[in-house]
Amino acid sequence: MTRILLSRMEAHPSDSHTLARYEATGGYAPLRKALGMAPEDIVAEVKAANLRGRGGASFPCGVKWGFLAPAEPRYLVINADESEPGTFKDRQLLERDPHQLLEGIIISSFALGVHHAFVYVRGEYPRPARRIQAAIDEAYAAGYLGADVAGSGYSLDVTVHLGGGAYICGEETALLNSLEGRRGEPRIKPPFPAVEGLYAKPTIVNNVETISNIPWIVEHGGAAYDAIGPEGSRGTKLFSLSGHVRKPGNYELVMGMSWREMIYDIGGGIRDGNALKAWIPGGASAPWFVEEHLDTPVTIDDIASNLSMIGSGAIVVMDETTCMVKAALRVVRFFSHESCGQCTPCREGTTWLQQVLTRLEAGDGRDIDLDLLLDISDNISPGLAWPPGMTTICPLGPSAVSPITSLAKYFKDEVVAHVHEGGCPLA
Amino acid sequence: MPSQPDLVTFTVDGKEAQVPAGTLLIEAVKAAGVHIPHFCYHPRMKPVGMCRMCLVQVEGPRGMMLGTSCTMPVTEGMVVHTDTDTVAKAQEGVLEFLLLNHPLDCPVCDRGGECPLQDQTMAAGPGESRFVEEKRHYPKPIPISDLVLLDRERCILCARCTRFSDEISGDPLIEFKDRGNATQVNTFPDEPFASYFSGNTVQICPVGALTATPYRFRARPWDLEAVESTCPHCSVGCRISVQASRNEALRFLGVDNGPVNQGWLCDKGRFGFEFLNSGDRLDTPLVRDEDGDLVEASWAEALDRAAAGLSAAAAEGPGRLAGLGGARSTNEEAYAFGRFVRETLGSNHLDAQLGDGLDPRVLAGITPRAAIDDLERARTVLVWAPDLKEELPVLYLRVRRAATELGANLVVVHPRATGLDPVATHTLRYRPGAGTEMLRRLADGSGDLAAVRAALDEGPVVAIIGRPGLGDDPRLAEAVMAFAAGLPDAAVLPVTRRSNVYGAADMGLAPTLLPGRVANDAPGRDAAGILEGLASGDLGGLVLLGSDPATDYVEPQQAAAALDAAGFTVAIDLFLTPSAAKADVVLPALGFAETEGTVTNLEGRVQKVNRLLPGPGSARPAHEILEDLARRMGGSIGAASAEALAAEIAGTAPAYAGITWEALSWGAGREGIVAPGPEGSQPLAVAPEDHAPPPAARDLVLHQARVLYDRGTLTQAGPSLAKLAKEPAAYVHPEDATRFGIKAGAAVRLTGSGGSAELPVVLDPSLVAGTVYVPLHLGAALGAGLEISMEAVT
Repeated sequence: MTRILLSRMEAHPSDSHTLARYEATGGYAPLRKALGMAPEDIVAEVKAANLRGRGGASFPCGVKWGFLAPAEPRYLVINADESEPGTFKDRQLLERDPHQLLEGIIISSFALGVHHAFVYVRGEYPRPARRIQAAIDEAYAAGYLGADVAGSGYSLDVTVHLGGGAYICGEETALLNSLEGRRGEPRIKPPFPAVEGLYAKPTIVNNVETISNIPWIVEHGGAAYDAIGPEGSRGTKLFSLSGHVRKPGNYELVMGMSWREMIYDIGGGIRDGNALKAWIPGGASAPWFVEEHLDTPVTIDDIASNLSMIGSGAIVVMDETTCMVKAALRVVRFFSHESCGQCTPCREGTTWLQQVLTRLEAGDGRDIDLDLLLDISDNISPGLAWPPGMTTICPLGPSAVSPITSLAKYFKDEVVAHVHEGGCPLA
Repeated sequence: MPSQPDLVTFTVDGKEAQVPAGTLLIEAVKAAGVHIPHFCYHPRMKPVGMCRMCLVQVEGPRGMMLGTSCTMPVTEGMVVHTDTDTVAKAQEGVLEFLLLNHPLDCPVCDRGGECPLQDQTMAAGPGESRFVEEKRHYPKPIPISDLVLLDRERCILCARCTRFSDEISGDPLIEFKDRGNATQVNTFPDEPFASYFSGNTVQICPVGALTATPYRFRARPWDLEAVESTCPHCSVGCRISVQASRNEALRFLGVDNGPVNQGWLCDKGRFGFEFLNSGDRLDTPLVRDEDGDLVEASWAEALDRAAAGLSAAAAEGPGRLAGLGGARSTNEEAYAFGRFVRETLGSNHLDAQLGDGLDPRVLAGITPRAAIDDLERARTVLVWAPDLKEELPVLYLRVRRAATELGANLVVVHPRATGLDPVATHTLRYRPGAGTEMLRRLADGSGDLAAVRAALDEGPVVAIIGRPGLGDDPRLAEAVMAFAAGLPDAAVLPVTRRSNVYGAADMGLAPTLLPGRVANDAPGRDAAGILEGLASGDLGGLVLLGSDPATDYVEPQQAAAALDAAGFTVAIDLFLTPSAAKADVVLPALGFAETEGTVTNLEGRVQKVNRLLPGPGSARPAHEILEDLARRMGGSIGAASAEALAAEIAGTAPAYAGITWEALSWGAGREGIVAPGPEGSQPLAVAPEDHAPPPAARDLVLHQARVLYDRGTLTQAGPSLAKLAKEPAAYVHPEDATRFGIKAGAAVRLTGSGGSAELPVVLDPSLVAGTVYVPLHLGAALGAGLEISMEAVT
């Protein structure tokens, strides 16, 4: 069983978050190694690792780093605003192995020429925030942070900032606005953060899991990381498995298995011996998969070629007792509630979708409502294609479209039944 | 010289066009005759791409890309489509989304008939709604200030108003609150939208969400008549549209004159139209009867009385008569007034100012004078002048833009904090009377002023110079101008507030000037000298043209006494001001929007004012009144019509050569023409010298300066602005408060050179200790003297 991220917490569940345990298990040795390397060589190792971003977009980490503009100062911001329904992997990394993340932050900052890094933690994550702050305090005391990192002369400060409870602040430019004290609203891109980010300075925004991989990559080399897993999906990935499976939880896995293995072996199968109906393969924004996808491989590129996405690795499994109209409503209601309200199609469109679905679910649907839902969706995400087009500023609006297109594609009969039977036939 | 931006060629809907590189697509397509609908985009604010109405398709390496044309700069070879099915569907979708929660109460909405959302819906919207759900509901309009109401149901959340307040005016008192479908514009708790510029948000609101109390439910746009004109409230000369219905002025709107106001107005200008409709306007001549009361009279009777009285005084000898006023008149009226005083009354005692401004030769003759638009290119701006936000608000906006958007250094020198301080690079404070010392230290630039001096040495420099308050000698301002003129690539703008005071100086309404910026070799008396002469009996009579020295002269009580002592006085005015009330004959004049002519702003820009309203009763244009008087006194000033006067000015006043009504009415001339005009005649060159008095040690000195909303005649004549004038107060430095044993809110008695007043104390740490600030024209008349005594009232 390949372990990169969870080994320490699995071996030492009681104190894996402490500096003592971290150092006793080899922690901060990669940092010392990195401080002896040229920063560009560290970037080269990360590029060679083919580590893809774990926040949802799967953008190659080393390539992103390569976009960082030369202006000073520059910042590294860790996106710990994990808020998508069904996603709970970063929480575990923050709570159980915060020094692993912190070491990744220090190495990455050194590699990128950053002297101030920020960790933006979801407002509803007080314990993870306390744990990463405690780790930072320990690191300052031990000389891993501050004016002279581990005696190298390199200086770095790390600041933890707790969000105010808005999902949209997980969108990197909304996060930066929030960090600056503004409303958490996504910015128009370009410019991208790597050119004009925090305080209009070059900024790299990376996910917790992505950066938690960095110490291992520095210790073992990019090539070693690149040797794990199938091409395009190197390394290990944390999956948050939830819903109607027998064994929900976080799993660190080498990708490439089939969905059947994921759900029936790793997840232990469907609860109560029920039949599988559908699953969300990569977080609430991802189009749903159904039985026909069971034997397709779980890799970043295979999921994409089957017109969905791995996202942050949140898998939500739904069994035969699930009302799909209600499921769609739940997802749409989430996005409508979390829309920042800045741009028209998202603010108005997601709310309208929610209103129509609410009516359908309550048995007040009309025959034209499915077409209406699709046309509203088309005005948020033109062409209803994958990857989605958008009339919006950021992808939150189109995220609300995924359950609608999934509903229309696989469960049209269920929608029609809601209209004709005046409510859910399963109820 | 500004460098010529590179041109790029692009294609829109198959048509090729060229625009400067960096132009936003939404503007660039206009070059090809294409219009893209939009709501949140405003050409004078940074684009935000929020409403999404301006979506277009651009050909890219990965196919056609949908994007907002307000956020995309044009690049070479860009291929843009605004007419595809995809674009049409996206735009129609956005419009439908915007209409979902819009109340569609157009029949009762003030914006109906001139509403971008309504227009776009009529042009391209759906015939009926697919929305059968419940709309968003909020309580109908909530007042967010004394002047502005907000209807959140109509709001389409375009952020024009919030961006204006933050970016342009710098008082971010309105902001979005809540999120998503519950997002709404609102004020902060207990903080009203008390901005001097709030009316601009009403004008740029693309729906009827923001309405202003003076115009609400007063008219429908299609019932309005309009003319373009120039705001009459200060010397910036903002371009406006005067709008009226059934001969009643109903609103002023800002017109985007690029070199001047860029579309913005201050609230005093915008809502200051109400004086035109005031029931207190003079509508018939008045003459003093045997009992000493002013009684209504016919024009013939009044003119006969006036001519007889003036002729009698004139017969006592040369130079027995004087004229005050003209700083609020048109150039044509001012020119006629000059001819009347000089030719008919045979006098050189003539002043448009009342001791509160600058030397008229400076107003007319500083070269090279800065243009407002020089601020767009300035590296450094020096403001040693009245608080621009209080006195010349739209100039404040332009300076603020230079300091924020354009990154210029801004140095503000003033006796206390000003509206520009929050965006200033350096702020310097001094006690009135110690300005010369301040200037010497600034010029020296050593010690703690080294950084300020270094900023001033970065050109081009625009120096905006005037008298920060009454306690500052006009000659100090001249010394500052002389200093500033020596800064690198410097242009100096001498500033004073009264609306057409520059035009009046150019028309020769000054003891030292003749029309067209020509020196008068036989100077007469200025305002101080005239009032002194009236009081002593050296002068026998006075003609006032829209001038109220009993209120506006720096020593109002002196002026009132002089008018009481005057042998014979004729007042030509819009209102029975305290000064007019002392006259022997009062002649009602037509005012702004009731006459046609030109005015000249502080940069020397001549602009047209136009006629829309008939005016009250039998009121007449001032030049006609003056011509009739002249004829009764056995002469003529040749004022057959305002247009004839304009032609005479353009033909004889050197600086105004070629600036005709015709030239100002079409094409580029609508932006106004900066004198010297097309003929390029040489203006009077005045090199101000350092002849400011040395500072004197005094215990307490008085700083008096105007505030935007005061008890001035025009402000008080309209209900909307009248209520905004605050009660007077004494602003005392905390150290002085401690020294005198007084607390904030306590009462003090201040006694100055011209009066005494009991005022509540406001602590003001932005003053230099030893200075007391009292706002002018709020009811406390203390006189112009620098020294003041203060005692606690128990």
